[in-house]
Amino acid sequence: MNNEHLVLSQVSIDFPTPTGPFRALDKVNLKISKGEFVSIIGHSGCGKSTVLNIVAGLYQATEGGVILDHKEVNQPGPERAVVFQNHSLLPWLTAYENVELAVKRVFRGKKSKAEMKEWIEYNLTLVHMEHAMHKRPDEISGGMKQRVGIARALAMEPQVLLLDEPFGALDALTRAHLQDSIMEIQADLGNTVIMITHDVDEAVLLSDRIVMMSNGPAATVGEILSVNLERPRNRVQMTETPEYMRCRKAVLSFLYERHGKKQAPEDTEKTAAISQEDTSSETPNNETASNSANSQVISMPPLQSKAS
Amino acid sequence: MNIDIKQWANTLLVPFIGIVLFLGVWQLGAPKVVTSLGAVPGPVEVLQQFGGLVDEHNEARAKEQAFYERQEKRNAKKLEKDPNAVVKIRSYTGKDTFFDQILTSLITVLTGFILAAFIAIPLGIIAGLSQTVYSALNPLIQIFKPVSPLAWLPIVTMVVSASYVSQDPMMSKSFITSAVTVLLCCLWPTIINTAVGVANISQDLQNVSKVLRLSWWTHVRKIVLPSAIPMIFTGLRLSLGIAWMVLIAAEMLAQNPGLGKFVWDEFQNGSSNSLGRIMVAVVVIGLIGFLLDRGMLTLQKYVSWDKSAALR
Repeated sequence: MNNEHLVLSQVSIDFPTPTGPFRALDKVNLKISKGEFVSIIGHSGCGKSTVLNIVAGLYQATEGGVILDHKEVNQPGPERAVVFQNHSLLPWLTAYENVELAVKRVFRGKKSKAEMKEWIEYNLTLVHMEHAMHKRPDEISGGMKQRVGIARALAMEPQVLLLDEPFGALDALTRAHLQDSIMEIQADLGNTVIMITHDVDEAVLLSDRIVMMSNGPAATVGEILSVNLERPRNRVQMTETPEYMRCRKAVLSFLYERHGKKQAPEDTEKTAAISQEDTSSETPNNETASNSANSQVISMPPLQSKAS
Repeated sequence: MNIDIKQWANTLLVPFIGIVLFLGVWQLGAPKVVTSLGAVPGPVEVLQQFGGLVDEHNEARAKEQAFYERQEKRNAKKLEKDPNAVVKIRSYTGKDTFFDQILTSLITVLTGFILAAFIAIPLGIIAGLSQTVYSALNPLIQIFKPVSPLAWLPIVTMVVSASYVSQDPMMSKSFITSAVTVLLCCLWPTIINTAVGVANISQDLQNVSKVLRLSWWTHVRKIVLPSAIPMIFTGLRLSLGIAWMVLIAAEMLAQNPGLGKFVWDEFQNGSSNSLGRIMVAVVVIGLIGFLLDRGMLTLQKYVSWDKSAALR
């Protein structure tokens, strides 16, 4: 397999602060091959969303760069579609129109009107949203909104699909459904996917490789773990396999034994950085969402218990 | 049940009591203020004056009707005698009644306001999208915003007199002067509010737009405008309120035949009815201002995508 589809080399980023530049990421190196599903996991504030935003082109790396298919990434574009944590659907458009906006942008001149309509409907069906196609975001549930967000991203036929904590704001059951959907879709279409998550089980279930990030400031790739579980994966049966337990243990021990969150006194500088990052990139309720997601990981997944 | 009564009391009964109390204080207090034109009229006298204005209006309409009938008969006779005769049709040139003046005022204010909106909304959008444009515009807005219409009026009058020269003018100069003065005074709230609304579009939606690499025009149409609609309307409502207030002053000085001129003429008239008639104008001006604001709210409800949003 070609291991050079998406390359992050020596990616570092400084955010300006009143007290001088703050280094959020330091020399992140990562190579992702075509069709691979990679998760990035780490504590909140470690800069994993920043990595994704750099790949998306929403942030510019201060040093180093991202190369997709031998071309440097320096601005956002539909070939790197993002599924945002807060769905980011336009509230004044229906599900169909939201997808249509993306499809019209990407396939203008390449598809006829009828083909576009068919393609929009196909993608909404893919995420099981065919029954609520013409509803507006405020008329559908959080999980459905996220499905539409995924359909919008898939409809762009991206080379890389970027998922920014896509299930973070959802309840455990809905999350399990959507994880299954994502697995199916990825098996069908063979997309290259990068997913940001806090959830250890989610990472093990979905990924080919899990990238574990060290804590900021100057966060970087700590370890990369390959998940050698056969696909298609079944979330219930899988939990009993030794490979699953090995992966889970590896991630947990990385996160809580070697890179556990440091205590208050040392933390001041970092929290400043987190709030800085939040104001520049993320919505306000992101922090609370990530906190609750974090505590779920620690107190063990409600997802598994409900699903089994 | 109990809640229904409470709600009913709050929406109808309490405002009604407030109005009655106000009218009572007015009726009792007004006769104590004596001017050279007699005592200030109370609500009862004002109501009488209103009746008088309605009668005058009906009389004028009857006269106009009669005038046209006479003219038609005369012309018919002429044509009977000689089918090739040239008939003259003259329009009636009676004095404008109070209600004609209300109509003139409404047309003038809406002309000024709509023109202002067409300038202010695009400017506000551009200023909201670009920090540079905003920084360039902001000092100008801050300086011109507090300028009184009375200061603009002489300049506008001179400019209109100099530039609007035509043998057969479609609109009178006083109309244009008043409308332009309204425009100059009500631009600012819409520009400021639109700019703020546009600048505060959620970062998430802006990211969507960036990832899709939407064109500038699509970005404005699909993302900027719908998000900024509430703020644009806040600005428009403030602007319309100012426009209506400015108009009365502008009409007084520009002698545009509207409510402002009515008030000024009555003041110059100095009859025993004048104070009462001016009071009628005050109440009518207030009511129309209120209705204009309600009209904007209705328009906002119609235009806005979020029908559930509470508008007040």
